[in-house]
Amino acid sequence: MPESSTSARLAVRKTYKLYVGGKFPRSESGRTYLVDGDNVALASRKDARDAVLAARAAQPKWAGATAYNRGQVLYRIAEMVEARRAEFASLGVPAAEVDAAIDRWVWYAGWSDKIAQVAGNANPVAGPFFNISAPEPTGVVGVIAPSSLLGLVSVIAPAVVTGNTVVVVASNPQAAITLAEVLATSDVPGGVVNILTGKAAEIAPWLASHDDVNALDLSGVDDPELATELERAAAGTLKRVLRPTSGVDYTDDPGTAAMTALLEIKTVWHPKGF
Amino acid sequence: MFEYAPAPESRSIVDIAPSYGLFIDGEFGEAKDTFKTINPATEEVLTEVALAGPEDVDRAVAAARRAFTSWSARPGSERAKYLFRIARIIQERSRELAVLESLDNGKPIKESRDVDLPLVAAHFFYYAGWADKLKYAGFGPEPRPLGVAGQVIPWNFPMLMLAWKIAPALATGNTVVLKPAETTPLSALFFADVCRQAELPPGVVNIVTGAGDTGRYLVEHPDVNKVAFTGSTEVGRQIARSVAGTGKKLTLELGGKAANIVFDDAPIDQAVEGIVNGIFFNQGHVCCAGSRLLVQESIADELLSSLKRRMATLRVGDPLDKNTDIGAINSRAQLDKIVELSEIGGQEGAERWSPPCELPDRGFWFAPTIFTGVTQAHRIAREEIFGPVLSVLTFRTPAEAIEKANNTPYGLSAGIWSEKGSQILAVADKLRAGVVWANTFNKFDPTSPFGGYKESGYGREGGRQGLEAYLA
Repeated sequence: MPESSTSARLAVRKTYKLYVGGKFPRSESGRTYLVDGDNVALASRKDARDAVLAARAAQPKWAGATAYNRGQVLYRIAEMVEARRAEFASLGVPAAEVDAAIDRWVWYAGWSDKIAQVAGNANPVAGPFFNISAPEPTGVVGVIAPSSLLGLVSVIAPAVVTGNTVVVVASNPQAAITLAEVLATSDVPGGVVNILTGKAAEIAPWLASHDDVNALDLSGVDDPELATELERAAAGTLKRVLRPTSGVDYTDDPGTAAMTALLEIKTVWHPKGF
Repeated sequence: MFEYAPAPESRSIVDIAPSYGLFIDGEFGEAKDTFKTINPATEEVLTEVALAGPEDVDRAVAAARRAFTSWSARPGSERAKYLFRIARIIQERSRELAVLESLDNGKPIKESRDVDLPLVAAHFFYYAGWADKLKYAGFGPEPRPLGVAGQVIPWNFPMLMLAWKIAPALATGNTVVLKPAETTPLSALFFADVCRQAELPPGVVNIVTGAGDTGRYLVEHPDVNKVAFTGSTEVGRQIARSVAGTGKKLTLELGGKAANIVFDDAPIDQAVEGIVNGIFFNQGHVCCAGSRLLVQESIADELLSSLKRRMATLRVGDPLDKNTDIGAINSRAQLDKIVELSEIGGQEGAERWSPPCELPDRGFWFAPTIFTGVTQAHRIAREEIFGPVLSVLTFRTPAEAIEKANNTPYGLSAGIWSEKGSQILAVADKLRAGVVWANTFNKFDPTSPFGGYKESGYGREGGRQGLEAYLA
């Protein structure tokens, strides 16, 4: 709860709500919980379902946008975070981490029109056929995000740069919703990123078992039992699951695995001939 | 239809022993229980095979674990040479193995000889070459093997599925315990002999025969690092559940209900050949079979009459006859399932048609069948039949075709027939399927990755991408 105590002016406080479909609704449940003095929206099962609906609705158009366009949108996010450095700092995010988060957006922005060239290829089949394998987004990804800002950016960016849309369960509500405000002003179409604040143990099972979620990123799940339960629930519709890996240092080079795990390889054949 | 004299392939080239044990640590050994495998075309018992229990699976995994240390430490160039040897031996024994496969599986010799076995050898050749080039594959500078791979394969392409599993696993330095399907264990046991001929170090490949329980022991074994399964979506779900929380790497190649879309500008004769190949190849026992024909309304009548004319020329019968197009259904259980779903198709109001066709008295047979007037709600349009049964639906616009094609939890393959390049590419982009065949169908190649979207599973087999499943 950043407040200007030096000024005599009474501060206008921010209300931290959810970010769903490009809007900032309260939880339909009407619930909030107290985090560092702020009443933060406590997302419910219904909120999770609404967010999946928004993510699904946004997905085809986002995936259908040109890679060049998606790259520019991600770069714009970096620009907007840059402009909010002070606000993130006031939320207790170390300056170096804000810098790293900005740089991560820039890094992923550049991947938008390159990942298909790295993850896909032509195949020299033994016959008169044109044959090419190219990656496509898997669809809607449920993300249980790590608690740091850099961790949060490091799970959202690789999912969306390739054309997926996400429903994120964030455990650092103020920083996450501040990031949502960045996204809302960065030409990210509504519904591409949806952020729910609340308890992962309460919301994540609904995402894991939701029939219209294609993949589940468990990066932020600390409790191994919860992770196992979620992975088991995800098996119902054979979701792709990114398991939590202990001891990840988000300042390390992320590599391409976080992107490729949320891509499907499609191979197209066509005969050659006169 | 021309009357062809029978042209049976001789089965004398195959010497099937009266019984087979489990292949563990380079040796064939007994198991407590056994089961029989039959020729589905005659119901004749071919041989008796060991039924691996939990202790047997333990021994096999332990052997694979022991072998892993030295196998993974070998230079890639040596692993490559073993795989090249295996590929060569398979080529040399190709006729024998093709006859064996047709005997145990029921597929026409034309297919086992011209499709399955050439692809098996090609697959080993392809991955052999990767073994000493892994750092160039794009999975990091020092890709490492995972350890022991537990692999469970289906009965529709027994030896080809074995090749898809074992070749990349060995090339990347993993060791293997493989369970072939209950109804088609023989080609895997003959492959064990190929491994011995190639002097593959003991324990690198272990073959445990059995039924579903054996497979379950294997995938749930705590010392298995990697699970690879090809089979039904239902079993795939169970495996995904059982693997949850264990950290085992998992790839699944599951069911399908592929749309084969024919646009009004398609070359009809070629499309008909593609439709026939798409659904009647291998008796329709193909996870990527084009089992839903989506035909543009304006050409539906013309296409269907061509298709029926063509279906009337399909020869159903003795798998070892070189003229046979459609062989035996693999098992009584599978035949029952095809019969049941087909009856439901009729009950739900679709119109059933098969060409006049005489079926042998013994064995498991099902005439090639199409259903017209099928809607998206019909079970025959939603469920995988895994037999020679085609559901025909119509559409008016490309958007409707795409909508219907994607209206399934599966996403393994799809077909597009059109002479318009831009239409093919636009539709291919929008189909949610791992393999899209345009103006062709059911083509496979070791360099070409194969695998599904959605509930058709995850991971790819074949191609550069196929290496990823076996690398850390």
